[in-house]
Amino acid sequence: MALLKTTKLSKVFGGLKAVSDFEVTIEKGELIGLIGPNGAGKTTAFNLLTGVYEPTTGEIELDGKSIVGLRPYQITQQGFARTFQNIRLFAELTVLDNVKIAYHFHIKYGILESVLRIGRYHNEEAEIEKKAIALLEIFQLADKKDEIAKNLSYGEQRRLEIARALAAQPKLLLLDEPAAGMNPQETQELMKMIQWIKKEFDLTILLIEHDMSLVMNVCERIYVLEYGSIIAQGVPEEIKSNPRVIEAYLGEEVE
Amino acid sequence: MDFTFTQQLIQQLINGLSLGSIYALIALGYTMVYGIIKLINFAHGDIYMVGAYVAFFATTVLKLSFFPALFLAMVVAAMIGVLIEKLAYRPLRYAPRIAVLITAIGVSLLLEYGGILLVSPQPRTFPAVFQSKVFTFGNIVVNSQQVLILGVSLALMVILTYVVQRTKIGKAMRAVSFDTDAAKLMGIDVDRVISITFAIGSALAAAAGMLVGVYYNSIDPLMGIMPGLKAFVAAVLGGIGVIPGAMVGGVLMGVIEALVSGFISSTYRDAAAFAILIIILLFKPSGLLGKNVREKV
Amino acid sequence: MIGNNKQLGLSILACIAVYGVIQTLISLDVIGSFWQLNIVLVCINIILAVSLNLINGFTGQFSIGHAGFMAVGAYVGAVLTVKFHLSFIIALLGGAASAGILGFLIGLPTLRLDGDYLAIATLGLGEIIRITILNIPYVGGASGFMGIPRYTTFTWVFFLTVFTVLFIRNFINSTHGRACISVRENQIAAEAMGIDTTKYKVMAFTIGAAFAGVAGTLFAHYFYIAHPASFTFMKSFDILTIVVLGGLGSISGSITSAILLTFISAALASYPEWRMIIYSLMLIILMLYRPQGLFGNKEISLKMLGRLMGGNKRGTTENHQTF
Repeated sequence: MALLKTTKLSKVFGGLKAVSDFEVTIEKGELIGLIGPNGAGKTTAFNLLTGVYEPTTGEIELDGKSIVGLRPYQITQQGFARTFQNIRLFAELTVLDNVKIAYHFHIKYGILESVLRIGRYHNEEAEIEKKAIALLEIFQLADKKDEIAKNLSYGEQRRLEIARALAAQPKLLLLDEPAAGMNPQETQELMKMIQWIKKEFDLTILLIEHDMSLVMNVCERIYVLEYGSIIAQGVPEEIKSNPRVIEAYLGEEVE
Repeated sequence: MDFTFTQQLIQQLINGLSLGSIYALIALGYTMVYGIIKLINFAHGDIYMVGAYVAFFATTVLKLSFFPALFLAMVVAAMIGVLIEKLAYRPLRYAPRIAVLITAIGVSLLLEYGGILLVSPQPRTFPAVFQSKVFTFGNIVVNSQQVLILGVSLALMVILTYVVQRTKIGKAMRAVSFDTDAAKLMGIDVDRVISITFAIGSALAAAAGMLVGVYYNSIDPLMGIMPGLKAFVAAVLGGIGVIPGAMVGGVLMGVIEALVSGFISSTYRDAAAFAILIIILLFKPSGLLGKNVREKV
Repeated sequence: MIGNNKQLGLSILACIAVYGVIQTLISLDVIGSFWQLNIVLVCINIILAVSLNLINGFTGQFSIGHAGFMAVGAYVGAVLTVKFHLSFIIALLGGAASAGILGFLIGLPTLRLDGDYLAIATLGLGEIIRITILNIPYVGGASGFMGIPRYTTFTWVFFLTVFTVLFIRNFINSTHGRACISVRENQIAAEAMGIDTTKYKVMAFTIGAAFAGVAGTLFAHYFYIAHPASFTFMKSFDILTIVVLGGLGSISGSITSAILLTFISAALASYPEWRMIIYSLMLIILMLYRPQGLFGNKEISLKMLGRLMGGNKRGTTENHQTF
């Protein structure tokens, strides 16, 4: 059974068909890319998958269970996690707190235990602290754990966003333009990190990206969106030479 | 003579219409400012109060007649509105919304209590600048001052609609409220447009203040609080940011209040306004004529 | 963490010491009735400010109807002692519970709204509560509820204040508190991280309302009377001013600011207009020049006092002292 399957998914805003007939199937353990020119509807698709938008028509199934109509937090608890195109960190909080918050829904102690500092409070707090620091170490942010998130460099903030998403312990990780604003060297490191975390955390990954070198080198399969519809799908070699794709990006050939 | 249900109904509708015109005038200021900079100007109700007081001094001290006093009140209020925007709101244009809201609350309190200190908390009686004539149709009473309120409000609303729809500055106002950044790129002086919006809104509120002073005869420094809140509800009811909405909402608000007061009980008239607010916010926050705007994720 | 428990122990000792000193002075009549009144008011204002801070400062929900919950606590508490002849503790619990339940019922539908709309809705709701009370003859209506026994003593008020501060501080420094703060920081990201933002907004609102109810019960049982005029939106603005001055998101800020403003109010009691003008100017100037208030979202800590000689202040939500 596919980990993620969408059927006839579409989103219409007023008269605008942002996404139509969006059908993807992602198996467990795959690393899939979603590309397309600006405004093609990629982030809208992500927002549909994560429950930020409700689909106009269509079905989304995670592990066979429909997630349409669920609120974003419920979808995350089912096993999705995402990063955002425009970084959405908890800017005024520390790096460590940003990560700890993503562990929240795995925690069992209640309000009474928090207020009275009894029961599971101390144990679980210690555990979150340990896990969060361990995660930060993987992303080379552990030495900055007490720094306020907004003071981090751009690249570090992007890494923190990914670390935070992983703290939610997802089955499927959605990365929205993780390489945006990075120079070629940082993009290289990001590529290696994405492949590494996929193996290390047993993840399935869907990413939106504009940087073709990243997409072509890292993704096993690619879907191409234009004006809200999928115009092509396949392995990188096929996509690279697909005339429809080239036309979408570069325009029609002049006779 | 027996006051039949229909007669009572018509009477309250008439009362509601003039009350509603007042609310509409004030609501227009709220809605225009919200439409253009997304701020609930808590101090707006107090501009209405300031207008009433300027009119009061114009008629008692300067011995002006109705229309010159009205004009003066509107001009002074416009200037004060522009001043407040420049000093208190403009510096916070890019600050978090809570900060501007708190500032607006501060300005409101300042106007109210500054007013108390300046002109004393005692209510003042408005001189009779407009003779009150009463017309009776059977059991139904219509006051010539009510007609005045309706007439002046209508005239001002027509002028406003003309300005917004047919003039260059009106177009600029609409552009800025639609998309501030794009308007800036088109060469529109956004600061100036915002100032003008505040000026117009304040002038309208001042007109409402004077009309109320003339009709109810009494003004006091805290008179703007309740009408201000109710006019805000009216603006939300009609669709905040939508000019015709403020007019519709204002009249509706006045009529509902008159009906509640006439048929249920006058102690609950204020609560009715807040109840309407809650209902609207829960079921159709964009109001009767408004549109939903989504946040980009 | 051992350090945390040691700090907790120290602050408890400090509280007991402060209590002991003040209570002795009161019993010996060194502190006269004027100062007693103000100390009680300071404590009540601390409870109000800290509870409002939980909603506005930590969870970022702009509620300006807090006086309504205070009113509910005051009246329900008074009804329990005066009409039903129950003990003070029942009145306090009843005040807290009724205000909390109302907060929950109100919060559930209205917390879907954002920013300005929520502010106006809470303002309206506070007014609806007040107007409703005004129209209930059973509790005195427009003349107010009179004859309330003075059960509030410094002891009661002090320890309830300490309880409030400890409760909210411990709540904040837990995963539930972090969830609330994440709602303030970035609601969409919080949802994306699996946090039921509605649940936490309503939770903060309910807890804040319940403590406002406690403050109301204490208030009514000190002044012998509960009157709707004490619970207008002016009262809500007063509390808001305390919170904003202290810093949205700082418990120490709320405490400091409550002490400051209660005494400033007392000093200006004969000049109520000047008091309002000073408050309003303070709000405006704060927002223009120092919107984070006195403490921003930081807390006073022993570490921080030590670092005052040059060193950077870091904001964390862990290990906070309030004394």
